[in-house]
Amino acid sequence: MTMIFGIPLQALLGQLLIGLINGSFYALLSLGLAIIFGLLRMINFAHGAQYMLGAFTAYLLLTFAGIGYWVALILAPVIVGVLGAVVERLFLRRLYDLDPLYGLLFTFGLALTLEGAFRYVYGASGQPYATPSALAGGTNLGFMFLPIYRGWVVVVSLVVCIATWFLIEKTKLGAYLRAATENATLVQAFGVNVPVLLTFTYGLGVALAAFAGVLAAPVYQVSPLMGSNIIIVVFAVVVVGGMGSIMGSIVTGYMLGIAEGLTKVFYPEASNIVIFVIMAIVLLIRPAGLFGREA
Amino acid sequence: MTALLEIRGLNAWYGESHILHGVDMQVGEGEMVTILGRNGMGKTTTLRSIVGILRKRQGEIRLAGRDLMQVPLHRTAHHGLGYVPEERGIFASLNVLENLMLPPSVGEGMKVEEIFELFPNLYERRNSPGTRLSGGEQQMLAIARILRTGVKVLLLDEPTEGLAPVIVQRIGEVLKKLKERGMTVVLVEQNFRFAARVADRFYLMDHGQMVSEFPVGELPERMDMLHKVLGV
Repeated sequence: MTMIFGIPLQALLGQLLIGLINGSFYALLSLGLAIIFGLLRMINFAHGAQYMLGAFTAYLLLTFAGIGYWVALILAPVIVGVLGAVVERLFLRRLYDLDPLYGLLFTFGLALTLEGAFRYVYGASGQPYATPSALAGGTNLGFMFLPIYRGWVVVVSLVVCIATWFLIEKTKLGAYLRAATENATLVQAFGVNVPVLLTFTYGLGVALAAFAGVLAAPVYQVSPLMGSNIIIVVFAVVVVGGMGSIMGSIVTGYMLGIAEGLTKVFYPEASNIVIFVIMAIVLLIRPAGLFGREA
Repeated sequence: MTALLEIRGLNAWYGESHILHGVDMQVGEGEMVTILGRNGMGKTTTLRSIVGILRKRQGEIRLAGRDLMQVPLHRTAHHGLGYVPEERGIFASLNVLENLMLPPSVGEGMKVEEIFELFPNLYERRNSPGTRLSGGEQQMLAIARILRTGVKVLLLDEPTEGLAPVIVQRIGEVLKKLKERGMTVVLVEQNFRFAARVADRFYLMDHGQMVSEFPVGELPERMDMLHKVLGV
């Protein structure tokens, strides 16, 4: 068997793949957080709950309407994104002029409420969600066994991340978003309806979280607390990447996922804390984050 | 001459402090009017209140007869009002072309080719980040970007501040071109030698009010008074 640094190649690649999959979820989630924080200047603590909501929407669509994975992959993010837009219209909008702490408290409360409600109905244990048949099974790459669904997660999350980056960096809508992030009042004086832009942005960020939730449903189980488990790590990713940096959150998401996977190979005991150690180091050396603009 | 922009009894507040105390001002179509005044007398506040960035305001603001007081901020541009702030508002995360194309068109504005003809520097640097431009180029970009939208009235806050004399002259030429095109301009300026070259009429502002108003022809005889009030 091939060995690298005394580690079997297969174990190394296997953990690398797991790291890449975790990284895909980190990237999608931190991207949504970064978009929301960039424009709304609000830390969306409900992000994990909205990820969970995406997974549950897919589960409920399947259970009660017989709607399968492929449709749910589009429909669930749309439903949860619209719910997010409604929350922005009814509640978040009233908090923009107040201390940022209010937004933080509100979204934290929203997360607790959502998770509590689902736990009340479904209990803390997970509901299974089957891998779609087209992506079931695996393929032998010669050096390792690749479950097809996991490969799909990595590819599709990368595509969605790049598409979102393109939307923000290369389109007219993205130019409005970037400009409004810098100076919303002036953009509004130019004749752009910034309040609608804010609603759209929050909806988009939430939809990304829900999309990650649907992707995650067959990998992990659909459980009310799946969001609160992952969101703490995602906040660390956002801090390392730099608050509000789009490319930063994508790259950092994958990087830290891989770092976590590799740590599992070389020093498994540290794998749960490695991201936080990296966060502490980055905060010491570059407080604005790896990709953040120094304030 | 009928007034295109008409302001009556305008009061405005920043929080608790009462800044504008009943500003009256009329600007005719195609006219270039300059507001003079020392720092802190309410010139910028007047512009910000007209655009509607400052919402704590009372009084009357009419553009072509239409009441602007109830119009939300993101609709004022669509009524034909363009605003170039003192800090110019060039976006760092947008390149020059994106900055130029950012404000939505609201009428028959200048074509992009015309703009690049008028400002060749902007064409050369169209792919650089907006804030990499020099101060003068940023000011040109800030003006150009509003010209593209086709607004009828341009509110321009201290366009020459901190710029080299050569650039100031260049901005003067641009303003003259705008005038030829029939653009209505309200200019806030400290530099009244610059303003004298382009303005038709002056308002002098003191403690949140217009204290006098005179055409450019009367400027020489008012020099002493202006020196005293402006402290220059």
